[in-house]
Amino acid sequence: MSFINYASREINCKVVYYGPGLCGKTTNLQFIYAKTNPDLKGKMISLATETERTLFFDFLPLALGQIRGFKTRFHLYTVPGQVFYDASRKLILKGVDGVVFVADSQMERMEANIESLDNLRVNLGEQGYDLAKVPYVIQYNKRDLPNAASLEEMQRLLNPSGAPEYEACATVGKGVFETLKAVAKGVLTDLKKMAR
Amino acid sequence: MPFVDTQLVLFDEDYRKVLGVCERLARDAHSKGVFVVDKNGQLMAEAGDLRGLDTTSLASLTAGCIAATGGLAKIIGEEEFPIHFHQGQRDNLHMTVVAKRIILVVIFDERSSLGLVRLRVKKAGAELARVFEEIQKKSERARNGATSPFAEITDDDIDKLFAD
Ligand SMILES: Nc1nc2c(ncn2[C@@H]2O[C@H](COP(=O)(O)OP(=O)(O)OP(=O)(O)O)[C@@H](O)[C@H]2O)c(=O)[nH]1
Ligand SMILES: [Mg+2]
Repeated sequence: MSFINYASREINCKVVYYGPGLCGKTTNLQFIYAKTNPDLKGKMISLATETERTLFFDFLPLALGQIRGFKTRFHLYTVPGQVFYDASRKLILKGVDGVVFVADSQMERMEANIESLDNLRVNLGEQGYDLAKVPYVIQYNKRDLPNAASLEEMQRLLNPSGAPEYEACATVGKGVFETLKAVAKGVLTDLKKMAR
Repeated sequence: MPFVDTQLVLFDEDYRKVLGVCERLARDAHSKGVFVVDKNGQLMAEAGDLRGLDTTSLASLTAGCIAATGGLAKIIGEEEFPIHFHQGQRDNLHMTVVAKRIILVVIFDERSSLGLVRLRVKKAGAELARVFEEIQKKSERARNGATSPFAEITDDDIDKLFAD
């Protein structure tokens, strides 16, 4: 959950990138890290296996600028996508303010996308969150691959409720910042609603 | 009944109280540094002379560590492991969970001892627990009241953040 610090005039929000193994969550953060001005970012931490699979999480702190005299900081986390790391995913979701679901566009990963999205719903539910109410955007990643499913099919299977959605190719950064902006905007809009 | 945490709001006067406890602890325990981190990985206060340390990373990893061992605790039927001690070649790290949502971190070397740190942390932890009880109450009130600076923000303010 967000944390408002009047002493340092900062607001901190937590965004989690979710999705099946190898869908490109870590690649999203790496691109954001590479393209962000050094003054606006902290160190990126990756707790990964020898083969670069996320083991626990990636973490990237970002400063987005000021709103009403408050520095807005976003802490971006990725979860490990491999199915058997579910206990770790639950821990990382704690206190989340916004979620990005990164889907793998490859046809043969559609089952994995659906399973991971279900898993997200369940894990949020266990903490009393409802995916329909949490600031949430979906990214269709790996649009560059020849075996990518059609956009219509992905929308039908993964986004029937019409959440904000972005096509992406995270390796070259296409769609990465659009996704980040959309979720950040969702989080801030939610804060405003909560304050009412 | 699932539990959704409330948003934490830290006001100046409470921050000064937290900082006061940290500074006293850093001194009394002869430690190199004291940090107060919330369980979600956000740094709330620090004291001591470990300047230049990457405190954002420290906070996030502390929270990750406590979350992971908390998960382990549940597997064996414990609610949590409230005290952690990591011994290094030169520096040691002591972590305590306070009031279920705050982590008190002390870094110390041979100028102090585990016994002394434990003793001082116990007292400081009790004080922090009282302060955070207050903070929690105020946070809940702030959530319901008009004190949030975000009640007034407009879509325009949000758009401006992403102007580039
Ligand atoms: N062609 C293509 N490859 C991509 C794209 N995004 C990521 N990849 C590749 O997919 C592989 C996995 O990417 P990661 O970012 O490590 O995947 P992850 O979602 O973090 O995976 P886990 O940590 O196991 O959950 C890497 O080799 C990336 O280079 C993309 O848009 N197009
Ligand atoms: Mg990863």
